[in-house]
Amino acid sequence: MSDFNLSVDADGVGIITWDTIGKSMNVMSEQAFQDLNAIIDTVLSDDAIKGAIITSGKPGSFAGGMDLNVLAAMRDRAGDSPAQGLFDGVMSMHHVLRKIERAGMDPKTNKGGKPIACVLPGTALGIGLELPLSCHRIFAADNPKAKIGLPEIMVGIFPGGGGTTRMVRKMGAMAASPFLLQGKMVNPQKAKSAGIIDEVSADPMADAKAWVLSEPKIVKPWDEKGYKMPGGDPYHPAGFMTFVGASAMVNGNTWGVYPAAKAMLSAIYEGAQVPFDTAIKIEARWFTNVLMNPSSSAMIRSLFINKEALEKGANRPDVPDQSVKKVGVLGAGMMGAGIALVSAKAGMDVVLIDTSQEAADRGKAYSETFMDKGISRKKATPEQKEAMLAKINATTDLQALSDVDLIIEAVFEDPGVKAEMTKKVEAIIPEDAIFASNTSTLPITGLAQASVRKEQFIGIHFFSPVEKMALVEIIKGKETGPRAVAKALDYVRQIRKTPIVVNDERFFYANRCIIPYINEGVMMAGEGVAPQLLDHAAQLLGFPVGPIQLVDETSLDLGAKIAKATMAAMGDAYPKSVADDVTFWMVEEGRLGRKAKAGFFDYDEKGKRQGYWKGFADKFPRLDEQPDVTEVQHRLIFAQVLEAVRALEAGVLEDIREGDVGAILGWGFMPWSGGPFSWLDIVGAAWAAEKCDELTEKYGDRFACPPLLREMADKGQSFYGRFGPGAAKAA
Amino acid sequence: MTEAYIYDAVRSPRGKGRKDGSLHEVTSVRLSTTVMNALKERNNLEGHAVEDVIWGNVTQVKEQGGCLARTAVLASDLDERIPGLSINRFCASGMEAVNIAANQVKGGAGNAYIAGGVEMMGRVPMGSDGAAIAVDPSVAMDMYFVPQGISADIIATEYGFNRDQADELAVESQLRAAQAWEENRFAKSIVPVKDQNGLTILDRDEYMRPGTDMQSLGGLKPAFKEQGEVMPGFDKLALMKYPHLEAINHIHHAGNSSGIVDGSAAVLIGNKEFGEEYGLTPRARIKATSKIGLDPTIMLTGPVPATQKILADSGMAISDIDLFEVNEAFASVVLRFQQAFDVDPSVVNVNGGSIAMGHPLGATGAIIIGTLLDEMERQDKETGLATLCIASGMGAATILERV
Repeated sequence: MSDFNLSVDADGVGIITWDTIGKSMNVMSEQAFQDLNAIIDTVLSDDAIKGAIITSGKPGSFAGGMDLNVLAAMRDRAGDSPAQGLFDGVMSMHHVLRKIERAGMDPKTNKGGKPIACVLPGTALGIGLELPLSCHRIFAADNPKAKIGLPEIMVGIFPGGGGTTRMVRKMGAMAASPFLLQGKMVNPQKAKSAGIIDEVSADPMADAKAWVLSEPKIVKPWDEKGYKMPGGDPYHPAGFMTFVGASAMVNGNTWGVYPAAKAMLSAIYEGAQVPFDTAIKIEARWFTNVLMNPSSSAMIRSLFINKEALEKGANRPDVPDQSVKKVGVLGAGMMGAGIALVSAKAGMDVVLIDTSQEAADRGKAYSETFMDKGISRKKATPEQKEAMLAKINATTDLQALSDVDLIIEAVFEDPGVKAEMTKKVEAIIPEDAIFASNTSTLPITGLAQASVRKEQFIGIHFFSPVEKMALVEIIKGKETGPRAVAKALDYVRQIRKTPIVVNDERFFYANRCIIPYINEGVMMAGEGVAPQLLDHAAQLLGFPVGPIQLVDETSLDLGAKIAKATMAAMGDAYPKSVADDVTFWMVEEGRLGRKAKAGFFDYDEKGKRQGYWKGFADKFPRLDEQPDVTEVQHRLIFAQVLEAVRALEAGVLEDIREGDVGAILGWGFMPWSGGPFSWLDIVGAAWAAEKCDELTEKYGDRFACPPLLREMADKGQSFYGRFGPGAAKAA
Repeated sequence: MTEAYIYDAVRSPRGKGRKDGSLHEVTSVRLSTTVMNALKERNNLEGHAVEDVIWGNVTQVKEQGGCLARTAVLASDLDERIPGLSINRFCASGMEAVNIAANQVKGGAGNAYIAGGVEMMGRVPMGSDGAAIAVDPSVAMDMYFVPQGISADIIATEYGFNRDQADELAVESQLRAAQAWEENRFAKSIVPVKDQNGLTILDRDEYMRPGTDMQSLGGLKPAFKEQGEVMPGFDKLALMKYPHLEAINHIHHAGNSSGIVDGSAAVLIGNKEFGEEYGLTPRARIKATSKIGLDPTIMLTGPVPATQKILADSGMAISDIDLFEVNEAFASVVLRFQQAFDVDPSVVNVNGGSIAMGHPLGATGAIIIGTLLDEMERQDKETGLATLCIASGMGAATILERV
């Protein structure tokens, strides 16, 4: 049995069918490549075969991409010289693809050779597009749901199976850039108009066969004499401007932190100046360089392997399917409205409750507006909108909850209000229904006291805006049972988001890390560090927004409220700092942030940021000597990662994969690093512990090295070595 | 140690570097031989009179490629035993030619040199020779490459210069250049450009806009705002490199930046024996030279460290210098120089500069050395310093002392 199989039809056309054993979609492995190689040899050497068609045995799709574990295997196999192993492995893939492309043609005259077409029944991604690109003509079924593209950049690598080199030679650097640099995926019709594929047809197999038998010209433009790159090479006047602009834009858009984008651009630039076979070698060298960068392994691990594992229920208790059919959402404010929207969109029936019909209707209208936007962008149809809205019952009548199987409570953040709602609703809902609170700050165990079924009480913490944010934080109270956890996880799977499951402690996981990040920024502003330096320092680390901009978004009064509540809870142990002085003073001045159109920034009437507010420096004078950006960055990073380590120590996190994936999806923690634990593994526990000591001495005990990190530094351990999947659990 | 003296310095008038510029019909070779031949004629340089011709030129492609220095020597009236060396240190190429020649003489490698340069910016456009630093991602991204106009605006932002200050400097440059021409102060150096029949093509700098005032400059839009803020967004790179800045203040435009022109210049440098042999009187001694590299993103602050270095190397203080030529590549470059050394603007670029008269890249360094020397003689001053900012983050300087 093999993933690739050859049959020859009566007209002498070889049909090469790709059908990965045991998978619903084709995935490329090293063995599959070898099998394909042998089949290509047969096709080219057997005089009875006139040409070939490569297609898929999977209905509706061609291939999903490369099995990313292959790359790790290549690296590991080479022992002392992992780079050599990767380079050789990648080059051996190129030899197969290049053999298809040249198809036996005479190297000098381009005469001879056999046509090899590719037929895509549907989705073709990554190597699943790079293989077709090496063929002579690509036919796709007219399948509007199919996705065609090279999304490698999204997981921190770039198309290294010839896709980069072939796309640029086919389309030019400018036209190829959205597909290469942004990983843009399109349907077959759009892929055809962009020039990625050649034909879209109702019967692509028949058309491909007719083409193979038509004795077509098969030589690629770049293998012909006088080939000129579309749009110009880097030293052609037009190409020069494109390349100057590309470096600047990629650097600016990525804040310079993604090695894959840089490496891909270098592969394009260097490859554009040499013949194809040399360009492929250059592509392989840069691809190897990216794979050897710890950032790419960390990104692949968190954003691809572990994210998928969590979505597939890596930490789901072993209880039967808990899929949600009908959900009751309590409170139709911004969060409740968003929760109703994503639930109805996933096909669930929704009861959206508020105290007045007007408020409930307003919550439902949020979904209507959302769908209207989708219709205007041609992403939804009026029929879909009607069907979705029909699923939402906006009402004040709690009796409507009598047959729900999940409640998500999103009422005012007040324990009294929440307790009252819990009691009222539990009296109505079925006995086996699960009750979840969307609180972001109140401990679940405390809220569960109002419940008569504490093992069915859980936290499902959404991030705002609900329809955009990919992460959902599930919080287990002390008495939460396994069925509640499974219910929450199944619900999150239904709404196609990524879950993490954490234990109950103040601020859970995400806010526990975000709050110190914001505080450290506000504290530095109070010390006189220029606010633009604070925001730029964070952005240069790969954070989507800096702490000063973030606090304006989340609002200063929320910060003050959290500070006061924390003070009350901690009493004398609360570490008072200039951050509190800043926050309270800003609130007094009415500079609450964007919502007040005045905060650390000035805003225009529409709420658009204008620039940093000059008045801040009158109260908290700017330091004459500004700190080095690296020092600012260390304070901002350590404020967060030490909290993540403490969350692990405290058992809030049970799985570091959740800590890493949650940090990236929840608050955009340096995605290039793979998350806080991956980052600590990259820099090493020993360096981190030393840095903690240095920061503690300069700035105080909040940077004290957690005992776990100290121990790991002493023992020379890494987080993934000690806590990763497969590692023996720490004693 | 052997001293290196300047015996003569000449330059062509500067023509607009455009299709309708007066020198557009003249080849780079011809504009080079114009000044080389003038030096030969004025100083009777018969036979193997100089060791080499060191020729500054930035865009060394097409007619400026293939070692233009050698081509021009062969096309000139100079002896064919004189070889020819093309060099490129961007905007300071003409100065570097003079400095190398002076140091060769000081080191005993020959008695005399012709040093200078040429740039026909209208015929061989700036940038047409390519540049890895701008286009190779491995370099451009790591260096935070931005074009020079953005660098000039970064200087303005970092050191706090506003649009009015830059425009005032530009107006002053135009006033001074107009006055210098009116009083014939360039007469000693200017060599008219003539055709093969001896007919004059150009005998006067034609880029100047006398009568430029604050109001006329005020109407000009900042030239680098669009590429800084929109496409492709170079300001972002500036903020990444200098995260303490909030936003880049775009103050430069065509009126307060150097002009794109065609021009050439040549300087005759030799030791004492050379002067005696040819019966020439030295006009000034090249007391010291310097060159230095610096941060390539802000790029154009080179005159400051180049001047600090040349003063330190020669044991001098800024107060020892009577007159300055600081190339007006952009207004902020000169403003920064004046700010850093707290020098009186009245002794800097006394006869205007590249904003008024233009900046033929490969020639300017030699032009301003000649202009400085002429003015030192006119005012009877002892010491002068010339300096330029240089692309990719460099600076160069020369100190002259009259003898």
